[in-house]
Amino acid sequence: MFFRSLSALTIGAGLFLTGCQREKRDIRPSPTRLAVYGDAAKESALRPGGPINPQPVVTNPYNSSGYDISEGQRLFSWYNCNGCHANGGGAIGPPLIKQQWIYGGEPANIFDTIIKGRPNGMPAWGGRIPEYQVWQIVAYVRSMNGQQPTSATPTRPDTIETNPQTLRNRTSGETK
Amino acid sequence: MSCFFLRPTKVLLRACPFLFSFLVVPTSFAQIQNQPDDGQWVMAAKNHASTRYSTLNQITTENVASLKLAWTFSTGTLKGQEAAPLVVNNTMYVVTPFPNLLYALDLTKPGAPLKWMYQPAIEPASQGVACCDVVNRGAAYYKGRIYYNLLDVQTVAVDANTGKEIWRTKLGDINKGESMTMAPIVAKGVVIVGNSGGEFGVRGWLAGVDAETGKVKWRAYATGPDKDVLIGSNFKPFYKMDQGTDLGMKTWPADTWKIGGASAWSWISYDPDLDLFYYGTSNPSPWNPEQRLGSNKWSSTLFARRPETGEASWAYQMNPHDIHDYDGVNENVLLDLTINGRARKVLAHPDRNGHMYIIDRATGEVISAEKYAYSNTSVAVDLKTGELKLNPTKATGYNTVRDACPAPPGSKDWQPSSFSPRTGYLYLPHNNLCYESQAVQANYIAGTPFVGMNVRMYAGPGGNRGIMSAWDPATAKTVWSTDEMFPVWSGTVVTAGDVVFYGTMDGWFKALDARNGKPLWKFKVGSGIIGQPVTYKGPDGKQYVAVLSGVGGWSGAVVSGGLNGVDGTGALGFVNAMSDLGKYTTKGGMLYVFSLP
Repeated sequence: MFFRSLSALTIGAGLFLTGCQREKRDIRPSPTRLAVYGDAAKESALRPGGPINPQPVVTNPYNSSGYDISEGQRLFSWYNCNGCHANGGGAIGPPLIKQQWIYGGEPANIFDTIIKGRPNGMPAWGGRIPEYQVWQIVAYVRSMNGQQPTSATPTRPDTIETNPQTLRNRTSGETK
Repeated sequence: MSCFFLRPTKVLLRACPFLFSFLVVPTSFAQIQNQPDDGQWVMAAKNHASTRYSTLNQITTENVASLKLAWTFSTGTLKGQEAAPLVVNNTMYVVTPFPNLLYALDLTKPGAPLKWMYQPAIEPASQGVACCDVVNRGAAYYKGRIYYNLLDVQTVAVDANTGKEIWRTKLGDINKGESMTMAPIVAKGVVIVGNSGGEFGVRGWLAGVDAETGKVKWRAYATGPDKDVLIGSNFKPFYKMDQGTDLGMKTWPADTWKIGGASAWSWISYDPDLDLFYYGTSNPSPWNPEQRLGSNKWSSTLFARRPETGEASWAYQMNPHDIHDYDGVNENVLLDLTINGRARKVLAHPDRNGHMYIIDRATGEVISAEKYAYSNTSVAVDLKTGELKLNPTKATGYNTVRDACPAPPGSKDWQPSSFSPRTGYLYLPHNNLCYESQAVQANYIAGTPFVGMNVRMYAGPGGNRGIMSAWDPATAKTVWSTDEMFPVWSGTVVTAGDVVFYGTMDGWFKALDARNGKPLWKFKVGSGIIGQPVTYKGPDGKQYVAVLSGVGGWSGAVVSGGLNGVDGTGALGFVNAMSDLGKYTTKGGMLYVFSLP
């Protein structure tokens, strides 16, 4: 009995907390760093001589609010990201619904990729997209892989639907 | 010699069988489809008439079943291999997709070892502006040099003997979304090349480059004022709808013609007697038709121009205000036919919209435009006005449209057909796809895609996604057809042995009887075929057949680009129709050469 009510309390608190994040919205986005430097956006798992002292961890300030992820989805089309990556399946560019990332799939890596570009065709968007919008796009891209709170992830895509298909169940697809 | 001018060709065959058995085709032969043939393969389309017909007849319907693999060569690249290998002076030349390597293989030695490789200076970022895989459709040989295009909008001339670069000319800018994938032709010493980028809001052009020096002699834009389109006093379009001044500006809202697409990314044919070359322009940009009201000239248009000046002689817009991505770039096969008792100089153009246009190539008059595949987006072509009568229920826009056929790659895309003067038939590799779509606003950001359409494609009626068929241009009817599981994205070649060769995306290289479509032989290659098969006479006097295997292109991007099939809108909606391709083939560029034992 005690345990049951405790778990109910925990679930309740959990819902309350994620609910808060889901609703969170910056009216005036605070400026962030211009790029992700150093260890935070590392692209290799090999560390010569073993691990070094932890570097500052870069976190996405626009990580888990429904507004930001939804904005990320809108901006993903607005800046023609969908022209190359489709709605996550890829086209000219590689798919974004996947487990293996060429240049890393952490928020700092995706941020880095958008800002700096990549040599085989990814444009360098630094100086073109406001930083907070880049982070919103990062949040949306990660939501395609179920890496954002489901409570904050849009339940349907902004594209023509054939079947009842949601962003969430898209992530169940196999990765090639 | 009067028997040469008889039609149909079946009568001709009966009248002059000895000529065909000895392969004597005099140059005085009046029909353009009977091009002189020395057994080499010097340009992607075989000859300026683009017939892809070889007079070689060692391989026949009787013995093709014993065709064997002679040798192979790895291209060292994994993207879609759309090119035709060239054979000149006992050397084979192979162009790869990005990074656009050029290999020369010595046919005089066993196993055709590498003579040299040319590796051009190319910008890797150009891969980001290639709409539909980083393909290249081949090269052209002319006076000791190989000419071809690089993805980053450069044309190069390479010494055919040494592999040394002679000149390299930059013709455009990837930061405007431009790229180059087409196979050039050389006419009157002018290398004719065009840009790609109808999905990037480029301003389409075709350019004439001096073969000797690499200097640009002329550039004909497809949009803008007449002076930019090289439309002058000699421009005589056949139909009223194509007549007027500065239509390349006036048929667009405000300045949208500057980002209106209409690139020239595919085939060029040339008639030396009329001194006119022919090519089609791509779709207008963006796909979303609501952002560009008007007829959007000169997108989805056939042009006839002069090679030395680029000056336009006539134009015919097949798909005014295109709403389905029906590029007008498909091949134009030049033929001299007797139609309704009249000798006509025509071009045969199987358009993306599903109509087979038989057009008087001197005037631009449409003689017939019957459907060669299933289509419900249009009803018919009015031969009096030249207008395509559309089906209003399939008009795309912000509304959702379902079951529109053919899909954006059309009833047939770039994959080139061939024509046999022996049978009188065109051999059409093509698609059977339908789609659903919904437009969204496209924002123009230079160097990024400018499409504005969410698309999902799927198999058309019957469930087969591809068809290989034979078409009689004189009677405007299909003679025979064969269903294929996947779109037939390879070219075709037809020979005097009455054999048609083509490849499938699941990796079969096939030979059919040109007269009736009967399957005669097939061989399983390593990766799906989207290249252009060729046939040639080797230094040993034997007939060989060569084809590049290596799946990719727009249709095969799901495999060559490693796309995720769960998102049907991937690869501009082609993934929805092709998500199972990975179960049948993997990527890998490899040349296969076959001969009789």
